[in-house]
Amino acid sequence: MAEATLSTVLKKSGKDIKASWARDLAAAQVSAKGRISAAELEQQASEFLNLLTKVAEFARANDIGASDFRQIREFLEGVSRSRAAQGFTSDETATFIFSFKKPLFASLKAEIGKDAEELVEQTWKATELLDSLGLHTIKAYQKTREELINRQQREMLELSTPVVKLWEGILALPMIGTLDSARTQVVMENLLQKVVETGAQIAILDITGVPTVDTLVAQHLLKTVTALRLMGAEAIISGVRPQIAQTIVHLGVDLQGVTTKANLADALALALRRTGQTLKA
Amino acid sequence: MNAPVNGESPLKSEHDIVLARQLVRKLTQELGFSLVDQTKMVTAASELARNAFTYGRGGSMHWEKTNGGDRRGLKLVFVDEGPGIPNLELAMTDGWTSGHGLGMGLTGAKRLVNEFAIDTKVGVGTRVTIVRWK
Repeated sequence: MAEATLSTVLKKSGKDIKASWARDLAAAQVSAKGRISAAELEQQASEFLNLLTKVAEFARANDIGASDFRQIREFLEGVSRSRAAQGFTSDETATFIFSFKKPLFASLKAEIGKDAEELVEQTWKATELLDSLGLHTIKAYQKTREELINRQQREMLELSTPVVKLWEGILALPMIGTLDSARTQVVMENLLQKVVETGAQIAILDITGVPTVDTLVAQHLLKTVTALRLMGAEAIISGVRPQIAQTIVHLGVDLQGVTTKANLADALALALRRTGQTLKA
Repeated sequence: MNAPVNGESPLKSEHDIVLARQLVRKLTQELGFSLVDQTKMVTAASELARNAFTYGRGGSMHWEKTNGGDRRGLKLVFVDEGPGIPNLELAMTDGWTSGHGLGMGLTGAKRLVNEFAIDTKVGVGTRVTIVRWK
C-alpha cells in the first residue's frame, strides 16, 4: 500500500475537504459580513485547493520562497488584496487559510488514523505548510494596507493645497491641517506658481483650518509673505482667531509687517479696495 | 474615552509631533481648559516637542494631569538624550537659534505656560518641564 501523505490525501479526499471547508468559510465570512459573495468564496476555495495540491507533493514549509510556490503565493497575495479592499480585518483574512486545517486534519486522520506516529508526522507537515502560507497572506495583507496609507498620504499632500481665484487679481489659499510637514513646501510653491500664471496682485493665506500656529508655522507664513512681496504681490493672512492671536502675542512672533484679518470675508473686502474694485449691490 | 492621568508619548518623527499636539489638545479639553488656554498649551507643547525632535535627536513627552491645591492642571515633561544646551542663557534669549528657526520657541513656550523648568547637561540631554493651570 502506498503511504498516505498530505499530497495523496489532498488528491483523494480533496472534494470532501473542500466541501467541509467551504461550509465553514461560508458560515464565518459570508453571513457575518456579507462583503464577499458565496460564489467568489467558492471559487477562491477551489483555486487554493488546486494550487495546494500541486505544491503538496514536494512541499516543505521552508520552501515557500521557492519558485515552485510562485503560483500559490501570487494567488494568496491576490486574495489578501481583495480582502483588504473589501474591508476584512487581518485575522478574518488569515482565517481563510487557517480554517483549512480542520477539514484537512479530519481527512488525514481518516486516512492514516491507525498509524499514530505517521499521523503526527503528516499533521505536523501540513501545519507547518499552512502556517507559512497563512503568514504569507497576512504579510501581503499588511503590505496592501501600508500601500493604501502611503497613497492616501500622497493624495492628501495634493488635496490640501488648492489655490483658488477669488476675484480678478485676487488669489486665496485656504490652508487646512498641519503646516509643519513636507506639505508647506508644496503649498508655497503652488501659490507662487499660480501668482505668476494669473498675474495676481494679492494673495490671501487663510489659516482658519490650521489648528496650531507655532513658531515654525509662523516662520513658514513669514517666508511665504516675503517671497510674494519679492514677486511684486501682496499677502494678507486671514482666519486669525482670537485664541491664535493671543498665542502669537505670547510666543513673541513679530507679524507687524504683515496684513492680517480675522476672517476671509474681511480679507477679500480689503483686497478689493486695494485693487480698486468695488462690488455693486 | 478619557485619557489616563499620566502617560508617555514618543517623539521620534515629525508625525509624532502632530500626535503629541493632538494628545495635549485632548488632555486640556478633558481638564476643561478654555479655548485660549488649550491653544497656548498645545502651542507650547508643539515648540518643545519639535525641539526634542530636531535638536535633541528625538525623545519623549511625559504627561500628567496634576492637582495643585484646589486647581487642576496639566504637566508635560519633554525628555531627550541629545547634545544638551551648552549656553542656556543664550538659548533663553528671544531670537537666538542654533538652527534655522525663528529663535522664539523656547522663550515663547515659557511665556505660554505658568511653570517652566529646564534641566540640561551637555552630552547627556535636555529635560523641559511645563505646567499650565486651569
